[in-house]
Amino acid sequence: MAEADLGPARRTTRRVRVIASAGIVGAVLLAVLLVPPLVQLDQQAVDLAAKLRPPSWEHPFGTDDVGRDLLLRCVYGLRVSLLVGIVAGLTATVIGTAVGALAAAFGGWTDRVVMRLVDTLSSVPHLLLGIFIVAMFRPGVGPVIVSVALTHWLSTARIVRAEVLSLRSRPFIDAAVSGGASRGRVVVRHLLPAVLPQAGLAAVLMVPHAMWHESALSFLGLGLPTHQASLGNLVQTARGSLLAGDWWPTLFPGLFLIVPTLALAGLAGAWRERINPRRRSELML
Amino acid sequence: MLELTRVTAGYDPRDPVVREASLSIAPGESVGLLGPSGCGKSTLARVAALLHRPYAGAVVLDGEPVRGWRHAAPRERRTAVGVVFQQPRLAADPRLTLRELIAQPLRATGRRAEVPDRVAALAPAVGLTAELLGRRPHEVSDGQLQRACLARALVLRPRWLICDEMTAMLDASTTAALVEVVESYRRDSGAGLLAVGHDRVLLERWCDRTVGWRTVCGAGGTAQESMSPTP
Repeated sequence: MAEADLGPARRTTRRVRVIASAGIVGAVLLAVLLVPPLVQLDQQAVDLAAKLRPPSWEHPFGTDDVGRDLLLRCVYGLRVSLLVGIVAGLTATVIGTAVGALAAAFGGWTDRVVMRLVDTLSSVPHLLLGIFIVAMFRPGVGPVIVSVALTHWLSTARIVRAEVLSLRSRPFIDAAVSGGASRGRVVVRHLLPAVLPQAGLAAVLMVPHAMWHESALSFLGLGLPTHQASLGNLVQTARGSLLAGDWWPTLFPGLFLIVPTLALAGLAGAWRERINPRRRSELML
Repeated sequence: MLELTRVTAGYDPRDPVVREASLSIAPGESVGLLGPSGCGKSTLARVAALLHRPYAGAVVLDGEPVRGWRHAAPRERRTAVGVVFQQPRLAADPRLTLRELIAQPLRATGRRAEVPDRVAALAPAVGLTAELLGRRPHEVSDGQLQRACLARALVLRPRWLICDEMTAMLDASTTAALVEVVESYRRDSGAGLLAVGHDRVLLERWCDRTVGWRTVCGAGGTAQESMSPTP
């Protein structure tokens, strides 16, 4: 189907991209899940005698300005960033799907009021809104997740609403109604499964975005407390030493942010091409 | 009886598609409704199938006036009318295999236990092999998909069958096969049929009587009809 009408060269590059992305995401998940329990090392162990050492066999990513091992800090930082990204991305998607589906299902005034609310919230830059939310709480993982989740469900709500609205008037919904399906069955069996690929894709695409937001908030000093390693915090504390010519404390956390988020986005893109049967059947026609 | 009296329906109350249409079908009778495309005959078919609430007029199904449409209609009333739509591609949930598609009304009405028997009986009747039943809509042709949609419409043994341009997208041999399936179902069950279409030759050979859109809508007709010539 979708595979058949691509040239062999494009198919190969796509397959390479998927395999590379899956490999990176798999390696990252393994590292993040296995390293902290298996390696009994303290990421906060300070060694002032070994501060700002360049990469070596002992410290592959070098050490930071108080002599902490950067490889270990990066893995712990990625763990926190991924946790924030996944939880916030999922929460935002659940809120967005519920709001969008309800607006479309009820229609009329409910729809109008809810969607104008969405428009109003969208008109405020969401980083600003996020900063406002974290500023109300003590720094920590919880407020960052809440801040990212509450500012990122808007686009999902729009996508889901549009999708449900267009599906509601399709003949296959008529056919289900005529076949005796109840309201709940139409929503659960026909509308939600049709929206799920879109919502799931939105969730996966949201994870890297939420990770970047966490980093941005931490970089601004509003996210996680500075002793807790997160990719944003690592880049933030490394800024000073960059000016002195020490490149490794910024480069490695930066790569840890860019490479996994790109890999996740690559996987999400491949998923989008595969999972949407409507597009596949349209290609057949 | 399935009776529609002075039905006015459409998608904009200020400009209804169907104005004052009347039509009645006796049990066991087959009626062909003939009209140019875009005249509103599909909308009238949706009203008759309890899928679209009309702005005015009365619908009487099996002697009882219809008070609710879509989910507001009791399940037994909705399922008393089987519908086959014009475009099988749009009328089939793309996620279901043909087997699930045919079984869908049985599952929706809590008659899961009958699924294997009914599917086994209907699939050969409409000409679907076991291998085709395992495929999804995008893996079969329009004709094969319409066969499954017809089986889905028959699976609950409706007393009334509405075929809305059922064969418009299909070739002559598939058309003949599907018409034969409908007719053999009607011979066994005595169900009434409303066949909507624009193919006069087909409808006149298929149905007991054929009515034109002009007759259905009385003298008034619709704006669309006065602009386009009757075939």
